[in-house]
Amino acid sequence: MMSRLGLALFAGWVVILATTPLFAENYIVRTAIMIAMYSALALSWNIIGGFTGYPSFATVAFFGVGCYVGGIAQRAGVPMALAWAIATVAVGAMAAALGAIILRLKGHYFAIGSIAIVEVCRLVISSWRSVTGGGDGLNVPLLRWHPDAVAQFFLLVMIGIMLAAFVMNALVDRHRLGFGLKCIRQNEDAADMVGVDTTRYKIVGFTLSALLCGTVGAAYASWVGYIDPTDSFQILMTVKVPVMALMGGAGTVLGPALGAAAFVILEEIFWANFLEWNRAILGAIIVALIFFLPGGLLNISWRRAARRLRGRESAEAPA
Amino acid sequence: MSAPLLELEAVTRSFGGIRAVDGVSMRLNEGEVVGLIGPNGAGKTTLVNVITGVHTATSGRVRFRGEDVTAQRPFQAARRGLCRTFQIVQPFPEMTVLDNVAAGAMFGGRIDAIGAAREAAREHLEFVGLAPLSDKPASALTLAARKRLELAKSLAMKPKVLMLDEVNAGLNSAEIDGALELIRKIAARGVTILLIEHLMKVVLSVTERVLVLHHGALIAEGEPHAMVRDEKVIEAYLGEKYAKRYREAAGV
Ligand SMILES: Nc1ncnc2c1ncn2[C@@H]1O[C@H](COP(=O)(O)OP(=O)(O)O)[C@@H](O)[C@H]1O
Ligand SMILES: [Mg+2]
Repeated sequence: MMSRLGLALFAGWVVILATTPLFAENYIVRTAIMIAMYSALALSWNIIGGFTGYPSFATVAFFGVGCYVGGIAQRAGVPMALAWAIATVAVGAMAAALGAIILRLKGHYFAIGSIAIVEVCRLVISSWRSVTGGGDGLNVPLLRWHPDAVAQFFLLVMIGIMLAAFVMNALVDRHRLGFGLKCIRQNEDAADMVGVDTTRYKIVGFTLSALLCGTVGAAYASWVGYIDPTDSFQILMTVKVPVMALMGGAGTVLGPALGAAAFVILEEIFWANFLEWNRAILGAIIVALIFFLPGGLLNISWRRAARRLRGRESAEAPA
Repeated sequence: MSAPLLELEAVTRSFGGIRAVDGVSMRLNEGEVVGLIGPNGAGKTTLVNVITGVHTATSGRVRFRGEDVTAQRPFQAARRGLCRTFQIVQPFPEMTVLDNVAAGAMFGGRIDAIGAAREAAREHLEFVGLAPLSDKPASALTLAARKRLELAKSLAMKPKVLMLDEVNAGLNSAEIDGALELIRKIAARGVTILLIEHLMKVVLSVTERVLVLHHGALIAEGEPHAMVRDEKVIEAYLGEKYAKRYREAAGV
């Protein structure tokens, strides 16, 4: 459960992101869009990786397929918003079908299976030239507005998706679905024995973790106006998203948003100042995270805040 | 006799070449407390696993209230009220004791809302005497407390048949007396119990009927006091050679 303080800080943060165009330069607005986009992805990942404890690396498969389904639909003359909706549903259906197969695997095997999904999607998209343009990529119809207006628009769109992902997390956290997923994370056999339909719950969790990635992908395609397999299926994105969620606190409702913001900002700073070392620094963050922050940023500050603010009120663990 | 609550027909479960359960036929009637005894490796836990869908019978049938449930999955068994505790306890370690039991109430006991499930969980924790530890993580409990947690979790699932797999193993004698008292109270609620137990004191004091399993097969069935004097049973436990010596020593 979230503290009021956390919720208020999050609301303030959303307002800051949404109003960047009023006070900041284009580069900052672009960073705000990336923060909102990665927050949506990390919050989505949280459902399967955080609540359920299944280390999925399939995020970029959902994102990439979302890019293509949305882009192809728009090229076929479907209005933009409808194209995004189609991408969302298509990616959800794909996740449900693939989930039924790979969720039989556990631990490392599941992780590898989820990476295989990325590779298969990338292969299918690059080989299916007649529809996807293969390696040449596809142009997606651009919004013919002033560039600043376009940036503002997509900032609000990405923030909207981020909020949807946030609400989804909050609802799952309170619903028996979330309770069941947490049981699965702790002891899957015991969850089964206690009456949780683990197969169905995992598939629902995996599907929820995919849906909004599809929306983000389709919106991204409309924003940048050009997609190709390399850009849409970056393996780096699939690693970054879980790292963000873990950095903030996987399995908490606010952690992934915090982690995504911290990560994107750090990355921008490093990217700007140490171009050569960017990846090395990503690696260092991952290692540091594993060693020093197993519970994520949110869990340290949460514990301290809880102790300070409420004395010894019976504390529900944030996870 | 009325129709049995739970009925096994020639149930066999093999692992590779080993028949862990071998052609077992048995019945449990509503409200009975039945003991299931037998030496280590006799197949007692495997039998419970077959009844609760953890393992599927290689051949034979399991019927619950007349319905064929041989192929059920564990979560379906749980929802039907075929509940069990584990010889090796299976908590959700990082969840609170309360939420462990609430999970049982919510999924097995079919209480939809988290709040209501926690309410029900409190009652069960009160019943097993764990209420003061409700807010502790399950991993912080002692073995005896974990066994009680298992019990509370199973009770929250609204059991029709409760299978207790060595709930007393590893407990000291004061703890065993406490557990015995609990088993009696649960039986008094009308829950049908299948009690797997090594301690004859416990078996003799709570069960009405005892089944004896040896090498996967039922070798004897009957009144508890008769069973502990039964030759085949003594032999199964002690081995032929020692059984003979035991008989000589006892002057039988
Ligand atoms: N999952 C399994 N795989 C292989 N063999 C098993 C499995 N479960 C139990 N067995 C074997 O079945 C036999 C009966 O075991 P078990 O049911 O645990 O006995 P008990 O509970 O009476 O001590 C043993 O020989 C055991 O090794
Ligand atoms: Mg056993």
